[in-house]
This record gives sequence, structure tokens and C-alpha cells, in this order.
Amino acid sequence: MKLFRIWAISRKEFIHILRDPRSMGMAVAIPMLLLLLFGYALSLDVDNVPTVIWDQDQSQDSREFISKLQGSRYFSLRNYVTSYPEIEQALDSGSALVAIVIPERFAGRIDSGRSAPVQAIVDGSDPNTATIAMGYLDVITFGYSREVALREIRRTMGQKVYPPVDLRTRAWFNADLKSRNYIIPGLIAVIMMVIAALLTSLTVAREWEQGTMEQLIATPVKGPELILGKLMPYFAIGLLDVALAVLMGEYMFGVPLRGSVALLFGMAAIFLVGALSLGMVISIMTKSQLLASQLAMVLTFLPSFLLSGFMYAIENMPFGVQLLTYLVPARYFVTMLKGVYLKDVGLALLAFEAALLLLFGLALMLLCSLGFKKRLE
Amino acid sequence: MFERLYHMLVKEFLQIFRDPKMRGIIFIMPVLQVLVFGYAVTLDVAHIRTAIYDLDNSVASRELVARFERSGYFDVTHRVRNIDELKHLLDRSAVAAAFQINRGFADDLRAGRIAQVQLIVDGADSNTAGVVLNYSGKIAMQLSRDVRINRFTRMKGTFRTPGRLTLETRTWFNENLESRNFYVPGVIAIVVMLITLMLTSMAVVREKEIGTIEQIMVTPITPAEFILGKTLPFALIGFADVVLVTVVGVFWFEVPIQGSLPLLFGATALYLMTTLGVGLLISTVSRTQQQAMMSAFFFYFPAVLLSGFMFPIANMPEVVQGLTYLNPLRYFLVVVRGIFLKGVGPEILWPEMLALAALGLFMLWFAARRFQKTLV
Repeated sequence: MKLFRIWAISRKEFIHILRDPRSMGMAVAIPMLLLLLFGYALSLDVDNVPTVIWDQDQSQDSREFISKLQGSRYFSLRNYVTSYPEIEQALDSGSALVAIVIPERFAGRIDSGRSAPVQAIVDGSDPNTATIAMGYLDVITFGYSREVALREIRRTMGQKVYPPVDLRTRAWFNADLKSRNYIIPGLIAVIMMVIAALLTSLTVAREWEQGTMEQLIATPVKGPELILGKLMPYFAIGLLDVALAVLMGEYMFGVPLRGSVALLFGMAAIFLVGALSLGMVISIMTKSQLLASQLAMVLTFLPSFLLSGFMYAIENMPFGVQLLTYLVPARYFVTMLKGVYLKDVGLALLAFEAALLLLFGLALMLLCSLGFKKRLE
Repeated sequence: MFERLYHMLVKEFLQIFRDPKMRGIIFIMPVLQVLVFGYAVTLDVAHIRTAIYDLDNSVASRELVARFERSGYFDVTHRVRNIDELKHLLDRSAVAAAFQINRGFADDLRAGRIAQVQLIVDGADSNTAGVVLNYSGKIAMQLSRDVRINRFTRMKGTFRTPGRLTLETRTWFNENLESRNFYVPGVIAIVVMLITLMLTSMAVVREKEIGTIEQIMVTPITPAEFILGKTLPFALIGFADVVLVTVVGVFWFEVPIQGSLPLLFGATALYLMTTLGVGLLISTVSRTQQQAMMSAFFFYFPAVLLSGFMFPIANMPEVVQGLTYLNPLRYFLVVVRGIFLKGVGPEILWPEMLALAALGLFMLWFAARRFQKTLV
């Protein structure tokens, strides 16, 4: 291996990228645009669930209960309805996700000390929203029951009472439970993964397709030199992207970066080696741009989203799929970013992830060198 | 005309299927994707790994812990003896929640004072944390209630229990709240979009880049035939993929189809018109395959994220919500979920179908117009 040959390939590759301003713009501008758009647009916070109410009782108690629902920011009352077909229509069309039916004699039952059933019909097609909405409903109805009980006790005992057990809750790492604070670090990982793999996936295939590989073969450059040389410019672009993304997270979205910046970039560098090598392997194996880009998209975009732990907790997956996630570089980067961003964890806790990722990247680079044959077929 | 179109189709199919890797990408990848992702996508929160930091160590505190365990939501995986251990567990994400029961919990309860329990959740995943807070709040309130009723019955002999609300929740459409039923139809939609979009957007650029487009231009083929020849094969492939992955969804994951199959395929046809239209448009504005791929990606990524597949559209800022009306996936998701889960028909879904048809026709028309210009 000769350094100057690596350097020459790097320069050639860099000129390629610079000469095509559109590709260059895409490599830098696309990630930023995506982060900007999604950082603002995406949120998993469930509030203002559209709700319809059928109040059959029309009493003071039922109205009080309804005002409790309205008073919470979780439900937004869309309409009062007066029949089941109306409820069906509302849920079918998706104009409401929750329907609440307060039966007749609701107030009478409460006043006579019996239990008063309230019916909630929830659109379960999105189980996540449904579960959270049901949880809120539970809390509101329970709170209402408690108020009734406390009123009753105060009347009979003539004294103020306190709840016997008081649950104090605190959320660590993300005190306001803002979903943005974990979506942004995850997004950075996913976007970087896809961009990195896409960038490198075409680079060797293009040379084969356009015939310039023949010229390269005629030069004394060796396989590993070619691969390293081709990786370097993209590595630089990748780091630039990460830097821009971190700046955006800090200044536009106000995501707190609690951990060390140096650690973050160290991890990013390791991650980029893995992600870029993955694209390179694809490029070497396929030798066709169409195939390479298809494979790169298929292997990076959805897996980074769905198997990285960004959105869906890995420990909830079946064991086999959990094993698969170890092949998704974004998985490590998501863990690292979340750790550094939200928890201020140090190298000690991330060392295992980092080591695995490094191993992954090196294995892929080895695969590149082995797979790359410097001859025409 | 049909003869020329036929030959064009033969050429396209030959070109696509010549490469065994391509065959794999077209037919095996989507199935694999649905299989893996079908298992991966679940937001169900259960078995939350929980640490207990019990400073009281009394009957009452153990009863409290047992209550949390019995709820089925919390798995007590660690018992810690000091706060540092607790912090370490949360740092490592070894647990997602921790209860701290202070010394004197039982005494407070007995004496009628407020007995405090502390719950610490890992807020890094705010979604799970929110659910955990809900669950535990409910359990604590139930405990409070039981203790209070006990206390008053003891004091007064007879205590008239106060009236209370009972919430009877019923879930429609997805009774067991299976995440899979919600996500698998969505995965079908996004996988099919990926395949058709990528294939179409590269198809024409490839000929341009390799130079074979000149050979086609000297043949008597008309632009319309050329466009049809470039889109029809991918439409057919898209259809085949939809059938394939739907079969996987229904028979492997047992996602029920409540609605009508013909409606599903009708809507798929409209949906494919939009993805092919976008693909064709991309191939007319790109000069190299790399550009085409980047453009396709630039369309696909937002299309998936702003479709309501994972992130509810209602939560987005209004400007972005307006943007989603241009997203064919948004409509198609409503349609497939409506057909799969709700079993609704055209009487409910017509606005979405109409929007898909309009988008598709416009895209194809626009792409075709641009395309003729690039040809001459």
C-alpha cells in the first residue's frame, strides 16, 4: 500500500464529486433539508385526540365529567352525537378516534353510591395512539371517581382527607417527555446511514458501467488502495454532514447535547466507516448502478428505521429479529447518539457498541478488498 | 402500434429479468422485508424492566411491589441497594423504570399520613415513558382507594362506599390492539412504492447514460409507446409484488382483510399510477443514474415519514399537514388500513381514491409531456 496512490484516487474521486454540483449538493443539502423538515414535523406525542361524545344523561354530573375530558389537553371534543350509527360513521371515516357514551341515570347512580359505567369506544387500528388514549381516559375517570369519593368522605367525616399513597413521578434524561428529544438523534443516525450507503454504493459500479474501470486497472493502483481512496472523500462529506446535523439539533431544535462532543464525533467516525463500507461492498458486488442503488436503499432505509431501535424497541422483537439488528449499523449509532445526547454516558458504556461497530466496519472493508478483482471478465 | 409496444415490453422484461440479482430484488426482497419488519414493528408497551429500590422493606412495601408486578406491565428485574446502582441501571438502559420506596412507608400508611413512593422513568423514549406513567398512576390510585376504603370500614364499622365511575373500554377494528395489524398493511404500501419508484426512475436514465436511447430513437416507436413500454412492466411488477406481500401478510402474519379484495386492487392500480408517474418524472429531470437515485430517495424519504405510517399526521405543524395532501402514500395508507382493519368500502374511501386518481393522472400526464420534450 502506498499512501500517495490512495491520495491520488481520493483526489480523483473528490474532483468527480465537485464537478457534479448536483450530487455534491445532494450529499450535503438533502440530509440537512430532511432533518429540518422532520425535526419540525414529527412527533409521537399523543394529544388532542379527536373525540365525540354521546351524553344520554344530560345531567350536571355528566357535564362535569365532560368538562374534565375537555380540560385535559389529551382530548379535543369534535362533536356531540346522539346515536350509535353516528359514532360508527365518525370512527369509520376517521374523523374521531374515541367515542364516549355516558348512559342514562349516570348522575343517579353516582349519587346513590353505585358504580356508574361510562363506555369508551376506541379506534384500535393504531394501537399506539389507542393505548395512550385509553391510559389518559383511565386516569381521568379514576380522578373523577376519587373526587366524588373525597367529597363524600368530607361530607360524612367533616374533615379534609389526603390520598394514602402518593406516587411522585420523575422522568430522567428527558424531563418533559418531549418526543423530539429522542427523534432528532435517531433521525440523524437514520439519515446518515442512508446517505452514506447511497453515496458509496454507486462509486465502483459507475466505473464498471462507464468503462473507466479499465483505465484504473491499467494503473499500478492496488485493490485496497482503490477502496480506501474512494472511501476518504465520502468520509469527509459524512463528517461534514454530522457536524451540520449536530449544529442544527443544537441551535434550531434545542435538543440538549449533554455528553461530550468529542465522543460524539469519535462515534460518528466509527459509524461512518461501517456505513460507507456497506455501500462499497454493495457497489463491488453488483457492478451495476441500478442494482447497487436498489440494494443500498433496500438494505439501509427501512432497516435503519425499523430495526435500529429508533422507533421500535429492540427488546420487544422476537429473538431472531433481534439478532438481525446487530447487522444494522444504524442500530449502534442510534444507541450511541441517544446515550450521548440524552444521558451523557461516557465511553465506558458505549465501548461495547463501538467495538462491535468497528468490527463490523473492518469486516466489510475486508470483504471489499477480497471481493474486488482487478481484472476484466 | 400494439406490435411495437409488444416488442418494447419484451425488451424491457428481458432487460429486467436477465440479471438473477434483479429478480431477487424484485420478488424476494419485498417478501423478506415484510417478514422481518412485520416482526419488528411493535410499539406495545408491556414487560417494562423495572428496578426496585425498597428502603422500607416492609409488608406494605412488598405488597405495593407485588401490585405493580401483578399488573403485567412491570417485570421486576433488579433490586438495588443504593441510588448509584439505580442510576447506573438507568444509564445503561438496563431498566426503563425504577420505584423508590422510602423508609417509613408502612408507618406512614398505618398512621394515616401520606405515604410517598417515587417512580423514576427513563424519559429518553418519551413514548414508552408516557405509557409507563399512565399505568403506574392508575395502579397507585387503585391502591389508594383500597387503603382508604379499608380504613374507613375499620373506623366506622359500616362505610357507605361512594359512587364511582367505571370505564368500559371497547376497541373497534383491531380488538386486541395488535401493532402488527396496523403496521403490516403500511409496510406493504411502502415496500411497493420503493420498488416501483426506483425501477421507473432509473429505467430511462439508464438508457440515456449507456447511450442506448439513441438506438431506440431511430426505431419507428412513438413517444407514447415508449412511455407505455417503460411504465407497464413496472406496473405489472408492482402488482405482482402487492399480491405477493399481501399473501404474506394475510397467511403468515394473519392480518385480517375485512374489506373487499377487488377494491384493494383497484386502489393499488391508482396508487401505482402515482408512483410510476413520479418515477418517470424523476427520470426525465435526471441525467445520471446517481442523480435519479438521489432524487428518488429525496421523494421517498419524506413520502414515508409524512404519510402517517409511523407519525400521526394530526401531530404535525399545519404547513406540513398541508404538504401531506400531495403525498400519494398518505391516501393509500388510509385506503389499505381502511380495507384491512375497518372493512370500509368506497362510500367512505372515495375521497382518498379520487385524490389518488387525480394525483396519478396529473403525474403521468406531466411526466409524459416533459418526456416528449427530452426525446426530440
